[in-house]
Amino acid sequence: MRWLPLLLANLRRRPLRLVFTLGSIVVAFWLFALLEALRSGFATSISMVGVDRLMTLNKTSIIQPLPVAYFERVKALPGVAEVSFFHWFGGVFRDGRTQIPVYVCDPESFLRVYPELLLQPGVREAWLADRQGVLVGSGVAARYGIRAGDRIPMRSAIYRQRDGSDVWEMNVTGIYDIAEGAATLDRQSFFFHYDYFNESVGAGRDRIGWMVVRVADPGRSTETAARIDAAFENSSFETKTSTEKAMARQFADQVGNIGAILVAVVGAVFFTMMLVTANTMAQAVRERTPEIAVLKTLGFPSAQVMWLVLAESLLVTALGGLLGLALGAASIAAIGPGIRQFIPVFEMTWRTVALAALLMLAFGTAAGAWPAAGAMRLRITEALRHT
Amino acid sequence: MNDGGGAGVVELRGVCKSYSRGGETVHVLDELTLSIPRGDFVALMGPSGSGKTTLLNLIGGLDRPTGGSIEVEGLAIDRLSEAALARWRADHVGFVFQAYNLLPVLSAERNVELPLLLTRLPAPERLRRARTALALVGLADRARHRPRELSGGQEQRVGIARAIVTDPTLLLCDEPTGDLDRRSGDEVLDLLGALNREFGKTIVMVTHDPRAAQRARRTLHLDKGRLERETRA
Ligand SMILES: Nc1ncnc2c1ncn2[C@@H]1O[C@H](COP(=O)(O)OP(=O)(O)OP(=O)(O)O)[C@@H](O)[C@H]1O
Ligand SMILES: [Mg+2]
Repeated sequence: MRWLPLLLANLRRRPLRLVFTLGSIVVAFWLFALLEALRSGFATSISMVGVDRLMTLNKTSIIQPLPVAYFERVKALPGVAEVSFFHWFGGVFRDGRTQIPVYVCDPESFLRVYPELLLQPGVREAWLADRQGVLVGSGVAARYGIRAGDRIPMRSAIYRQRDGSDVWEMNVTGIYDIAEGAATLDRQSFFFHYDYFNESVGAGRDRIGWMVVRVADPGRSTETAARIDAAFENSSFETKTSTEKAMARQFADQVGNIGAILVAVVGAVFFTMMLVTANTMAQAVRERTPEIAVLKTLGFPSAQVMWLVLAESLLVTALGGLLGLALGAASIAAIGPGIRQFIPVFEMTWRTVALAALLMLAFGTAAGAWPAAGAMRLRITEALRHT
Repeated sequence: MNDGGGAGVVELRGVCKSYSRGGETVHVLDELTLSIPRGDFVALMGPSGSGKTTLLNLIGGLDRPTGGSIEVEGLAIDRLSEAALARWRADHVGFVFQAYNLLPVLSAERNVELPLLLTRLPAPERLRRARTALALVGLADRARHRPRELSGGQEQRVGIARAIVTDPTLLLCDEPTGDLDRRSGDEVLDLLGALNREFGKTIVMVTHDPRAAQRARRTLHLDKGRLERETRA
């Protein structure tokens, strides 16, 4: 405490230089906070993907369909607890330009396979009862001001009805949300009845896009996946089944590449920050050489002088670091709702704060080490000769 | 310690100081022997480069002799470790510089407080003592001023307050009036005289100004690293 007035007085000596130095530190820790939120968000999302779910696609290509009859056949296979299926509708909204992810699904099995889907009381029953009912994600609902009870004419970019129209009338039964931390479904989709779609569609009947399978024993999901694919071997629609986790991992690999780039960027920013801070400290010590010599003359031990310089460096780094973290927290709060539509967990954790504190300590010490050592070694008589 | 036996507060015996600069050795002080009794006020004169500052630095424990011994109050300071020497300086010596050497970012009282930061005194007591020292040099009303808001003479008085705030035995002044006009210089010399007479401080003052030297009890003349002669006021 007794050194604080001296430290603060020294800090304030060159306000402009302090502002620039602080600026570079603030930016570095701000970026760090954002990147950490993203990185840990991805990591948690991936770890929360259900291990007990498999995805069965057409072996040839994800855009090739499967026969709807496969649904019943997969259901009957040993090791399969639950199956549901989806079809890609290719929704186009209002203006004819806005794409909406509309999935045609089997409502009953869909709700069983995805327990993380959250609905208001009564919505579930109402949706099952209304063949033209659609569930709308809270994110997309908020974006376009969609409310339960709305009637939406949804165009398909892919299908036409038997009467030639490409518009399906959909009744918004309710808005769904996703349980916190579940990353398999987003809040941006429409879920519509397969039965109704299949009856009204002109060409492409009795086809589905893909199936999602819940296995009875997650420990044997590889085995179950192989069994499913074996069942359709040598048919005209062969399948390829993989775990959601595996798909998520592929996704994660791509994210990882982006992550590596971000880490490189933040690393470079930190490096620049350290150079700026180290330069500031070196200049500060150089221009204060006579003063440091005077302190030593007055009897300040060399170690004390060294600590004063280190403390100043740490103080600047901590000041900028905390400002950067605060800015990071504010930014995360501001853009969080938007980001959480894609990554369910996006927040500043204590781990980030602890890590940042360690970085402040490390960079503050590193930036101040050289000048501090110089101040420690400074020889009084020589330094005073040049005043 | 041996005050009664005529031994001075400062005792230099056969002190040599040389610098080697690129293979060449420069002898600055040559077999210098000197005794300064307690309560003395010594002026040190001599041409530029004669070794006055070097001598003062040796007495103040800022530098070490290459030969001979230096005792202050019976303590062989030339044999202290660097850390011990620093502590000794903090307790026993006050330095006054030609260029005042105040910290520009600190107020007068904070500058005077600096040496007390090394003590265990609590903050209020430190500031009380700093203000007392400032009052002693006649600057009680300038406690909150920065050095740049003071005149040269006032700055030097703050420098003196900083030098005496720990109540040291020895005051070492290197051309304390060198940067001052005559009036301010006289004020500083009055102050040093009073500190010597009334507070019993032992003072060694380097000066180029014979008028300043007259304030001292005696003047030592240094030339080419040797004490040439001594004059008494
Ligand atoms: N660190 C050093 N390295 C080499 N030579 C030095 C060093 N310090 C002092 N000297 C030399 O010692 C001699 C005496 O220097 P000193 O500063 O003691 O002189 P001075 O009497 O105080 O002179 P001035 O009146 O100009 O202040 C000079 O010749 C100087 O060049
Ligand atoms: Mg000199």
